[in-house]
Amino acid sequence: MRQAGLSGFRLRPGALPHDLEQITRRLVPELQRRGAFRQAYEADTLRACWGCRGRRTAMPPPLPPPLLPPPPADARKDCPTHEQARQADPPRRALPGVNNTTVWSDPRSGSHIDFQSFVHFAQTAERAKFDFLFLAEGLRLREQGGEIYDLDVVGRPDTFTVLAALAAVTDRLGLTGTINSTFNEPYEVARQFASLDHLSAGRAAWNVVTSWDAFTGENFRRGGFLAQGDRYSRAAQFLRTAWELFDSWRGDEIVADKESGIFLADPGAGSFRHQDEHFDISGQFNVPRAPQGRPVIFQAGDSDEGREFAASTADAIFSRHSTLDAGQAFYRDVKGRLARYGRRPDQLLILPAATFVLGDTDAEAAETAHEVRLQQFSGQTSIKLLEQVWNRDLSGYDPDGPLPAIDPLPGEHTLARGRASVRTGRDPVELAREWRARAEAEKLSIRQLMATVGGRQSFIGSPATVAETINRFVQEDASDGFILVPHITPTGLDGFADQVVPLLQERGVFRTEYQGETLRDHLGLDRPSVLAPAGAGAVAR
Amino acid sequence: MPSSSSSPETGSAATSSAATGSAATGNPEAGFPPPGSADPSPAAPLHLAAALDGAGWHPAAWREPQARPRELLSARYWSDLVAEAERGLLDFVTIEDSLSVQSSLPYQGPDDRTDQVRGRLDAVLTAARIAPLSRRIGLIPTAVTTHTEPFHLSKAIATLDYVSGGRAGIRVQVSTRPDETAHFGRRTLLPLPSDQAGFTAPEFQSAVAERFDEAEDYVEVLRRLWDSWEDDAEIRDAATGRFVDRRKLHYIDFQGRYFSVKGPSITPRPPQGQPLVTALAHSAVPYRLVGRAADVGYTTPRDAAQARAAVAQIRAAQAAAGRSGETVHVFGDLVVFLDDQAATATARKDRLDQLAQAEYTSDALVFTGTAGNSLICCWSCGRPG
Repeated sequence: MRQAGLSGFRLRPGALPHDLEQITRRLVPELQRRGAFRQAYEADTLRACWGCRGRRTAMPPPLPPPLLPPPPADARKDCPTHEQARQADPPRRALPGVNNTTVWSDPRSGSHIDFQSFVHFAQTAERAKFDFLFLAEGLRLREQGGEIYDLDVVGRPDTFTVLAALAAVTDRLGLTGTINSTFNEPYEVARQFASLDHLSAGRAAWNVVTSWDAFTGENFRRGGFLAQGDRYSRAAQFLRTAWELFDSWRGDEIVADKESGIFLADPGAGSFRHQDEHFDISGQFNVPRAPQGRPVIFQAGDSDEGREFAASTADAIFSRHSTLDAGQAFYRDVKGRLARYGRRPDQLLILPAATFVLGDTDAEAAETAHEVRLQQFSGQTSIKLLEQVWNRDLSGYDPDGPLPAIDPLPGEHTLARGRASVRTGRDPVELAREWRARAEAEKLSIRQLMATVGGRQSFIGSPATVAETINRFVQEDASDGFILVPHITPTGLDGFADQVVPLLQERGVFRTEYQGETLRDHLGLDRPSVLAPAGAGAVAR
Repeated sequence: MPSSSSSPETGSAATSSAATGSAATGNPEAGFPPPGSADPSPAAPLHLAAALDGAGWHPAAWREPQARPRELLSARYWSDLVAEAERGLLDFVTIEDSLSVQSSLPYQGPDDRTDQVRGRLDAVLTAARIAPLSRRIGLIPTAVTTHTEPFHLSKAIATLDYVSGGRAGIRVQVSTRPDETAHFGRRTLLPLPSDQAGFTAPEFQSAVAERFDEAEDYVEVLRRLWDSWEDDAEIRDAATGRFVDRRKLHYIDFQGRYFSVKGPSITPRPPQGQPLVTALAHSAVPYRLVGRAADVGYTTPRDAAQARAAVAQIRAAQAAAGRSGETVHVFGDLVVFLDDQAATATARKDRLDQLAQAEYTSDALVFTGTAGNSLICCWSCGRPG
């Protein structure tokens, strides 16, 4: 068959592992003896060991980093990630996450895409006994003024894929992925999360987000987009459908009795039917029930609809309210909605995003925080952020000068695209007046004002101060924990893990060892029982 | 079963001393065909891959004494298999997948059987889970093009390439199963033939051909998205505050009959630039897909003449698409039942067939015998078993 022009063979082992072992331990040595097969791997990448074309466009080949052994311990990266931890036993605990308030210009900032950066971050979080790592998602590169926005970190890995890989280098850390309900289909997403839960032995979580815009839709075959008002309805039905799929296997169907020859106790396992205004699907789900039953569900929206959605279905909320007062108000509001759905207050965790800056003393931390702020709000960035309110080109303005005297362009925002923040704000004209007044009163330049109003620095201080503050938030019902967002990737969590976590542990408000195996265990959430199919008709069999 | 000098159960990777040994065979490129040459020379080293699926390809394989049928959904099972394949220096493994429960009646849907393996994990995620535990072997999961988004798959495979350090590929597969269509509910069902003859009827064949055309567009989008970032797009220029040079990020602006995709990707160019695209092909339409769009095609010849014919069709499609300068490897698929004694292999396959209450048949040639002699003979003398 070689003369026939075949390059080689793909062998399908009749039975595993026997026939695979026959290939590797009998066939391969025989071929090697005859000089027909390699004696060792000769190249690092698949393509390189094939001698075939690597790239279609003329670009210099990059050198892939060797994956193993790991690079030096200071592997860096700052990701479009977050992570979090908290805990659930009687004394509530707080804990960490990551995001892109990221300062990439800092010399300590590493790759945002190399896997070793993610490994460092995840292993740091696990070393500190965090509950989970949290990855954000974006499905179209942001643009401003018709051009790709280039001042922030650009580029991120695929959420599911990197989480599955991280499951191999961690044992207990939860793995939370943000996955959009608008540009996906329930069958596929449900099997991805169920697969992730199997592959991580029960550590998967899904941050359900919605999108509405045609801008993002241009990357997808389903193309279209939703009326803004439809996105929660689609999200709710999407999640409902996914639940029905998760629950379509009860967990006891696989018998695999070699003697009797019965593999499956129930030939109808996985059967489902769902019909509503968004989805009309039926058939058999092909991933048996996952260790957690269903992944932990996160929700991130802050609108009234979003809060209601969370109260009805989510296990945790990723919120933005990181001051004590705002946090307490949000906490009361959301927890108060639970009874309506027959749920207890401890069945929905409130986990605000939070940044932190540590120093040996509070004063030193404050100084560092100021420097970080200046890094986060460069002159160029300040002008771009201002444009997002003004909805017009302000590139002619001096960031160190006063705010524009002109008003924002009214009407639909057209300048910045792919950014959730531009649509959730207040009336731009009113906001501009307020900012102008403040800048004049406090003698602030554009850059100074943006750093003042835009800076998200939740906890600043010595490790003792930060530990005390975090604990206070939890004890005073402003949160059930935090999703920490370091500003340096991937080492930004190191100081927190080394200095703050031990103090929380000393206070007895944070675990010193993982008590359970799954993320639901860490978070004190019940393993869900199988839902009786509701809403849209009965299961087919 | 050969007595193993090292256990296949070693979960963690890369323990093969052979894999880490010196590159004893000299020039790694030796013997590979230069670009443009149609076929590898007879002296060229073989490429070998293993196709992994459940407990093995025989429907009763899960009942073998060595089988681990209750672990098919565990990471450990798959990492053990890949460690074994890597120990044998195989080029890559493929991992089967589908958007439906396995069935003995794939054109029709579920078969309600309870005596075969049912249920599986997403292959791309399985490959990603294994990647950090292996170091040299290629990882090629299967993905269905008919119901999924090329944008999502492109970044998933790019990311698999990152987490594996440049060892990713993809096997694209079209779906014609009516049950898979109903799982997505987005597109119209193919007209399902009522009898065997219906499958060869022109209307069904043309509907199937459309799905392959769509797959070709899909691969084009994957490739353009992988190329949508130039390798040096990330500049981190502190002076101008720019993280990327946006002149090196490109819209792909793909407009096709089945979908349009704007780009660029959200994931930077993967380590290999272009992860390998592979496809299984049995006839003219999929041969065309391989010739036009793939890096590797898997074919199912029963003898050398069929192999030659398949290769010729793929080369013709390759040339017609202007890809003669690119390497497209054509593999032959074989289902193997191997033992140290031929009689043992035959007896084992017979036993499996009895358990399954049917003789095992496959689209590919089924080889039963010893690894040492008969199979080697197949490809050195030019005629399969």
